Amino acid sequence: MPPRVQHLSELELAQTADIEHVGGERSFRRRLMELGLVPGTRVELKAVAPLGDPLELLVRGASLSIRRADAALVRVVRAAPSPAKAATTSPAKAAEPAPRGPLKATPVRGAQ
Amino acid sequence: MTVGEGASLVERGREDKHEPPVVVLVGNPNVGKTSVYNQLTGERAHIGNYPGVTVEQRSGRLELPGHGTVTVIDLPGAYSLSARSAEEQIALDALLGHAGLERPSLCVVVVDAGQLSRNLYLVLQLLELELPLVVALNMLDEVAHNPPSPTALSRFLGVPVVVTDGRRGTGMNELKRVMNERLGKPTSTRVAVSYPPALLADAECVADALPAAWRTTPGRDRALALWALASVEPGDELRDIPPGLRERCDEVRQRAEPRDIDRELIGARYACIDGALESLYARLERHPPKRASSERVDRVLLHPIAGVAIFMLLMLVVFQALFSWSDPAIRVIERSIGWLSGELVHFLPAGVLRDLLVEGVIGGVGNVVVFLPQILLLFLMIGLLEDSGYMARVAFLMDRVLKTLGLHGRAFVPMLSGFACAVPAILATRTMERQRDRLLTMLVIPLMTCSARLPVYTLIIATLFPPSHVFGLVPLQGLLMVGMYAFAVVTTLVVALVLGRTAVRGRRVPLVLELPPYRMPSLRLTLRGMLERALVFLKEAGTVILACTVALWALLAFPRLPEHEPERTPSAEARAAEARVTTPPVHPTAPEPSRSERRIEQSYGGRLGKAIEPVFAPLGFDWKIDVGIIGAFAAREVFISTLGLVYGVGDTDDQALPLREKLRHETQGGKVRYTPLVGLSLLVFFALSCQCMSTLAVVRKETQSLKWPAFLFAYMTTLAYTLSFLVYQCGKLLGFS
Repeated sequence: MPPRVQHLSELELAQTADIEHVGGERSFRRRLMELGLVPGTRVELKAVAPLGDPLELLVRGASLSIRRADAALVRVVRAAPSPAKAATTSPAKAAEPAPRGPLKATPVRGAQ
Repeated sequence: MTVGEGASLVERGREDKHEPPVVVLVGNPNVGKTSVYNQLTGERAHIGNYPGVTVEQRSGRLELPGHGTVTVIDLPGAYSLSARSAEEQIALDALLGHAGLERPSLCVVVVDAGQLSRNLYLVLQLLELELPLVVALNMLDEVAHNPPSPTALSRFLGVPVVVTDGRRGTGMNELKRVMNERLGKPTSTRVAVSYPPALLADAECVADALPAAWRTTPGRDRALALWALASVEPGDELRDIPPGLRERCDEVRQRAEPRDIDRELIGARYACIDGALESLYARLERHPPKRASSERVDRVLLHPIAGVAIFMLLMLVVFQALFSWSDPAIRVIERSIGWLSGELVHFLPAGVLRDLLVEGVIGGVGNVVVFLPQILLLFLMIGLLEDSGYMARVAFLMDRVLKTLGLHGRAFVPMLSGFACAVPAILATRTMERQRDRLLTMLVIPLMTCSARLPVYTLIIATLFPPSHVFGLVPLQGLLMVGMYAFAVVTTLVVALVLGRTAVRGRRVPLVLELPPYRMPSLRLTLRGMLERALVFLKEAGTVILACTVALWALLAFPRLPEHEPERTPSAEARAAEARVTTPPVHPTAPEPSRSERRIEQSYGGRLGKAIEPVFAPLGFDWKIDVGIIGAFAAREVFISTLGLVYGVGDTDDQALPLREKLRHETQGGKVRYTPLVGLSLLVFFALSCQCMSTLAVVRKETQSLKWPAFLFAYMTTLAYTLSFLVYQCGKLLGFS
């Protein structure tokens, strides 16, 4: 089993994780965090460009694209299947089944 | 007015009562802000420029019953107010009335209902600044199945929230009513972001160092202090930050180590937003259906094979439109200009005035108008690509390729357009948000093989190279033409790499690209944007191009030959000049130089051509080519008609056989003057040199400076000269003549 802490660049397609730390140059990390990638936010690797770079991430219901080299500066914790965790960290909580398999979200209120 | 630490820091009071109140429109990119702006201001818009930076200021007028006419300013889209460059700083300056800008009486923030949490980040910043605020909740229709509640949002923020639909124009009357009510009434925010105490202490400390002109209420001072903490740092490119504030920010940041101030600040705001989200929705969900349908489209359009194929097809359409579809319109314009000049020649008495009008002014207007078909078409397509959301996908698909050049994925469409014409292509660099990316793209676009080079290449290749086959298979002339395209691509690559590491180095800013959901583009908005672009071009670049055309005309028209002089007797001076530079014609029957030849030769341009002949001789050019090169500054293809004048074959085009014959038979010392080696050197020169005043005029317009067009001209000319020199001299050493 892969380690739970890894980098955004190491996620596999459709895998979700929670942001733990945004590294890199100040302007970059400030930009990413201001776009909503603050620690605790859930991200999903949605697609990879045909030439292998950049990556497309799904964050707070929006698609953002960053380069692989920059994604390597973002530390993430692979999402544990714990609904409590999702409830406290991710604003994009779900009550409806997500359109794709791996995204199947957990009903938040029911869990609490 | 008293000047403290800098005139621009002093907030301008509303001393001039005649100035209408200002309303600014802010919002994240891709939230439909421009359509709300258009709905509010109607069809009248004024496009200007913020002083000192290359940020466009769009403003229009709106009637509010209680306040009369107000000015509405559309600020560039931004995710946050924090800034690293003077361009990003404009948002704060415009909101607070810093840097000599008018202080707004109201701020309307357009919010995408489908991206609420990220949009609220900007709203929180605006609230903290205690600006009179109205929220326009836009695109609610995209999340109709589970919309956020406007009432709850209004309760959370403590400011009015109006539901709008910029595309259909609904909600606009309500928005105007609320704007009318709120104009000039400051907001004291109800939202309390719980910042960590340590951060608040830091903010307090920075607030003490704020310039007196910035200070107002404690709440706003704190907001400005937080802005400074997030924005000011060594090496930023902000303007007018007083040294005292700068020092204090550095000091506080250093003292705060190892705390992470950015994370504390941004994290606290998002925690506040996340805490409120639950109260705004009936139920929270992960994937709004709109995004899900966008995802389905993306699965095709970003597919490694299908996506790339569709991408290539679309780009082919863009290119084809610029290259071919614009052609009929260009021809109509050229014919009309020709017809107009022809008519005027009949009506006006011969003389300087007629020539100035016909050849200078009308020719100049033609030189400007002729760009319109391509500019309109390109901006039509860019508008559609941008509005539909596909432009971001182009950047996504092409970023890997352009990254190696140190460029941004968004540079792709402008670069591609460069193969048709550099002028619209340079205008198209506006799709890039970062100044450094725009500049680098602008500086390499003129190296692309634009369509104005083609007639020149055709003339040179068809005239000076034999129609033979390489290895008996590949036609040499065709190979050369393909070679010129390959040469352009390679030089662009190399130059982009070199310039990106030298002249426009700048900080490396990582790509953070939003892929907005696909939306049906609005044709009306696109057409309006397209017309605005065209008007700005006419106004700002057109005048320069016109002036340059007249100047070039004068260069080749003056001094004039005396009218009474018999047609076929060249002046002694001209004869002497002729004898100096060219040997007498070999054919004893060769005609005397015609009047037009002598006119050109005697003109300032002709004299200049002769004066610079020694400079260009090592490249294999004679003064006649030099005059052609001077004339080509108007537009590259003018090289041909100028040569036509020099050789007395009249106005001509690249198909004209007399000119080709003359060039082939031009001799010097009994040998053919223009050898294939000269042709090659000339091809290289035309590929690399910046023979286009229109390009320089638009670069001046886009960079708002003379420095960059001067640099562009200098580097391209140096490059062209050096490489042509090497080609010709090496060729000679290798035994070619």
